Amino acid sequence: MVTTFKINEMDVSAGEGETILDVARQHHIHVPTLCHLEGLTPVGACRLCLVEVKGSAALVPACVTRAAEGMEISTDSERLQRYRRMIVEMLFAEGNHICAVCVSNGHCELQALAGDLGMTHSRLGFLYRQKRIDASHYRFAIDHNRCVLCTRCVRVCDEIEGAHTWDVMGRGIQSQVITDLAQPWGSSSTCTNCGKCINACPTGALFKKSKAVGEMEKDTHFLGYIRTMREVK
Amino acid sequence: MTRTITIDPVTRIEGHSRITLQLNEAGEVVDAQFHVTQFRGFEKIAEGRPFREMPSLMARICGICPVSHLIASAKACDDLLAVRVPSTAVHLRQILNLAQLIQSHALSFFYLSAPDFLLGLDADPARRNLFGLLEQHPELARGGVRLRQFGQEVIEQLSGRRIHPAWVVPGGVSEPLTADRRDRMLAGLPEALDCVQRTLAWFQPLHAQFQEEIRAFASFPTLFLGLVTPQNTLEHYDGLLRLVDADGSIRELAIDKFQYGEVIGEAVESFSYLKSPYYRPLGYPDGLYRVGPLARLNMVSRAGTPRADAALAEFQALPLAERQSSFYYHLARLIEILYALEQIERLLQEPDILSPRVQAAAAPNAYEGVGIAEAPRGTLLHHYQVDEDGLIRQVNLIIATGHNHLAMNRGVLQTARHFVRGQQLTEGMLNRVEAVIRTFDPCLSCSTHAIGQMPLHVQLLDAAGRVVDEVQR
Repeated sequence: MVTTFKINEMDVSAGEGETILDVARQHHIHVPTLCHLEGLTPVGACRLCLVEVKGSAALVPACVTRAAEGMEISTDSERLQRYRRMIVEMLFAEGNHICAVCVSNGHCELQALAGDLGMTHSRLGFLYRQKRIDASHYRFAIDHNRCVLCTRCVRVCDEIEGAHTWDVMGRGIQSQVITDLAQPWGSSSTCTNCGKCINACPTGALFKKSKAVGEMEKDTHFLGYIRTMREVK
Repeated sequence: MTRTITIDPVTRIEGHSRITLQLNEAGEVVDAQFHVTQFRGFEKIAEGRPFREMPSLMARICGICPVSHLIASAKACDDLLAVRVPSTAVHLRQILNLAQLIQSHALSFFYLSAPDFLLGLDADPARRNLFGLLEQHPELARGGVRLRQFGQEVIEQLSGRRIHPAWVVPGGVSEPLTADRRDRMLAGLPEALDCVQRTLAWFQPLHAQFQEEIRAFASFPTLFLGLVTPQNTLEHYDGLLRLVDADGSIRELAIDKFQYGEVIGEAVESFSYLKSPYYRPLGYPDGLYRVGPLARLNMVSRAGTPRADAALAEFQALPLAERQSSFYYHLARLIEILYALEQIERLLQEPDILSPRVQAAAAPNAYEGVGIAEAPRGTLLHHYQVDEDGLIRQVNLIIATGHNHLAMNRGVLQTARHFVRGQQLTEGMLNRVEAVIRTFDPCLSCSTHAIGQMPLHVQLLDAAGRVVDEVQR
């Protein structure tokens, strides 16, 4: 069944199961995302893809919302810009993101988002929380200071690799991603050392230990390839 | 009545400092102290970080000499990897280090100190700066700007950016050099060589006008520390860490870098955030020594390149006692720029300079690494210890300016005693006290890192200078 609706006053249509984000991307309408990764189940966690629906006070996340017939959606209002910038400022204030000395400097989705949204500084006080680095794995490391809890590592490990090494522990601001039952990554018995989590991670939180500053480039193309190969099998 | 004169801030240097001069009733200087008033704390910041972050993290210590810290840090990391860095990468790092030396020396000589030589140590302070220089001696000032630009451009051609490049990495460099970039660097060399030779020809005879300063600007025999080649020529990247007497006789032929702590002690004083390294066998504070361009030129027998050799020979013809004067740091900088330009030319023509093999890949294979290189201001030492996973456990940094701390303090006292007369104080007298500091071209933002061991000493003085209250930690 096809649903017809409007995005930014453009007439568009969605096929069975397609989200607002899917349709927007088909029409090259930019909606910022962070937790979303094509090929993984959307979770609507980061709230950066929030869009306005005419007649409704509530904003909806485009990545997990299916359009209803006749909906009028706006993706780029001044209010949305303001909210998105605030979200990114909060992410920066909560973590310890020191771009200048980060392995992902220049190749980071969070850094790019801040640039796109015109964030020049965070208006919120930085928390400067002491977070640890787990470098016990022989090839990879996680720096929790740079983790934005998008859970892309958790989903890629579970849905694509099938190992489910990663998960989330704790609540609220205490949440953090963990390997197995919060054991050191290097002692994980489920990790297959495949490296999919490294590539799925949007920031420098997950990285190859062999990479120096600015050298860690992520590549998520493998996701589309693996899914296609599995579907045609 | 006794008086205290405070010079705050000391101008035309890098970083923040203050000088206090203590005068007696006759208005004569009885004591002088050079205080470094800012604190950085990089040794602590780095704890727990992955060691591969270190070169870039350490480069943030300084915006003037990011390259020097990059190099020393990467060399310490090379130790952690326990690999042999490919020779092309070594050559590229050497060129980068020499380009850094050129731009920093040009900054010190032309921007910070030349106003004193050309406009006079007693000139109006409002005009005694680069802008005054540009008005009165545009040719020379412009040459200095161009020379600095050349150094910065070489850094950019090699590493992609002028300040804080991330190109130097543990095990080598991240990108090989291309032929067009090499040719662009070579094309800039003739003008730079010409400029420094013209400046040398003008500056050498000028020393006749500064005989009093030469005698009183930290002019005393000291030990000298620095890197040299096995042939005893100039070396800024690697080589033997040597310590010699004032007359050049060898005290330490080649200090084992892992045993540096047995040769160099690190003292702390309550009046400054800068630590005071000293030569352990002579104790503190007698084990005073100097590093930097003057030290390097006083150590070597030859520079190692033809034109710099000729310039150095003229310097070596001076009486030994005169060569101990820190005033000659300025001349030493020009000679080193000449050497660096010639050396860059030679290195760029190495047959393997465009080789794509520029990085040795490895996981950490050692728990401890020490990187030593010559920064423009002197010997730079980075010492790292890592844990099983390659995370930094402990860092110790001995920065060039730190090595010179004791000599600077003594120099300030010597200069102040010679020039400052409390009865008829002039600005020119105090400028000379600042100028002796400037000869060392200190970089104070580079130099103050240790935390937790800094003694605190606060004194409350009444109008007569008597101690009313005192707090000590």
